[in-house]
Amino acid sequence: MQLTNRSKVVSKKEMTLMERMYLPAIFSGMMITFSHFFRKKPTIKYPEQTRAFSGVYRGQHVLKRDENGAERCTACGLCAVACPAEAITMTAAERQPGEENLYREEKYAAKYEINMLRCIFCGDCEEACPKEAIFLTDRKVDTMYNRGSLNFGKDILVESRENPIDLSKRQTPAVKEFKKDMHFQHNQTHDLNTRTEMKSENPRPVQKKKPGNS
Amino acid sequence: MGLTDLLVYKGIMVLAVFAITLLVATYSTYAERKIAAFLQDRIGPDRAGPFGILQPLADAVKMFMKEEMIPSVSNKTLFILGPSVAMLTACLTGVVIPWGSSLWINGTEYPLQITDLNIGILYLFGVISLGVYGIMIGGWSSNNKYSLLGGIRASSQMISYEVAMGLSIIALVMTTGTLSLRDIAAQQYGWHWNVVYQPLGCLIFIICAFAETNRAPFDLPECETELVGGYHTEYSSMKLGFFLFAEYINMFISSAVISTFYFGGYNMPFVGRWVHDPNWLAVLGIVFLFVKISFFIFFFMWVRWTLPRFRYDQLMNLGWKILIPLSIFNIVITGFVMYFTGHLN
Repeated sequence: MQLTNRSKVVSKKEMTLMERMYLPAIFSGMMITFSHFFRKKPTIKYPEQTRAFSGVYRGQHVLKRDENGAERCTACGLCAVACPAEAITMTAAERQPGEENLYREEKYAAKYEINMLRCIFCGDCEEACPKEAIFLTDRKVDTMYNRGSLNFGKDILVESRENPIDLSKRQTPAVKEFKKDMHFQHNQTHDLNTRTEMKSENPRPVQKKKPGNS
Repeated sequence: MGLTDLLVYKGIMVLAVFAITLLVATYSTYAERKIAAFLQDRIGPDRAGPFGILQPLADAVKMFMKEEMIPSVSNKTLFILGPSVAMLTACLTGVVIPWGSSLWINGTEYPLQITDLNIGILYLFGVISLGVYGIMIGGWSSNNKYSLLGGIRASSQMISYEVAMGLSIIALVMTTGTLSLRDIAAQQYGWHWNVVYQPLGCLIFIICAFAETNRAPFDLPECETELVGGYHTEYSSMKLGFFLFAEYINMFISSAVISTFYFGGYNMPFVGRWVHDPNWLAVLGIVFLFVKISFFIFFFMWVRWTLPRFRYDQLMNLGWKILIPLSIFNIVITGFVMYFTGHLN
């Protein structure tokens, strides 16, 4: 039974003398390889040259600080829940009086570790984060000599105050506009002093009920 | 020429030919990798030195530093003899090749050839045929199925192609009337290259040269898809290096022989019009010969990276059913043409 019209009858004709001599075919084949000899090589000589990464490349993570230099992460654990590879672990701690310039909110991550060997760089942590604290960046994870070294802690993940990681390609105006949505309002940046009043005015929005999930 | 002079001159020639052979073979490995890379749109080795020209050195150091393994089940004497024979026979063939015409120093003639045997072609074929013993002995003494199969393939391939090669040379000997390589080279002054008179013989000879040097598309003795490494599966360290090196020396010598037999050797048309000093002509002759040799080495590599490997039965078909009848046909045609043009005396 014929199902489609795609089948072709293969003709196995007797080869002509020219074809049986093979030499013309060999010659044309050699011309093809020779034409490749002068072709531009697409090689990138890695350590000297590097391929430009996309601005939204998903590489090594960063834990952002806010505009005052306080850590944004509140150790809510949503990233750890979202992580399909279960690479993220953390321990929460309470902010002590006088540490307001260190931590943005009352709770912070005392320990925050990402196992880079488990991480699949999917970016789900970035999407799950309600505090705009964790981002994947266009930096590559360094190679290490042992497995233990690839368990990155806060010393590597948190950005330094002096040279913050530039996320402007990741947080384009369009992205920021999108995040002005009600669900993301808590992420809008505002300075420390006004934070409490703003919070009282705009209480954390309740998640919309997903349909069919009652 | 006194005895001392003769010994010094021959000694220098032997050393020079040996050194150049090794140097060319060394850099053939580099050239092979570079050409392979370029034909495949890659760059190839470029880390050791500028453009990677120190790569052969690095390879040699690697080969020497590797652990040397001799399988406990192998025949140790023969296992060591294998690569030695391959290397020795490869180096022996450069003796009869005329690398240039003669240098004249103080009225004495110094031919740029180690020795001009009047049976040079026979010597060449004898030594080249010995080369397969290295492969056979190496393959057999490893006591490994793959090595043995590789060795058997090498020997049967050698036998099949040596016949066609010898027959193609007979036609050449008929037209040139000599077995001395020096005479053959000297006859091809100007445009009198033998390829013009023996195109079919030249083609057969080149195809057989590919088979004799175990190069692709006839590299069945070491085809890695079927036989792991073929005859050198069990070899490691510099003994493996010797096998690989012998292949490149063979390729160099084959290129030299092809150039000498069919492509004018050290001759180049029109040079005699501008250069009259015989010494300069001799030096230029060396240059021209090496240009031709380089081209053929490139050709060997070019073919290797273009054509797929022959199947074993196809190889045998080509050797016995096509090339041998063709070369006999070539002899007959040559005989007829010589008879009717009155070249037969």
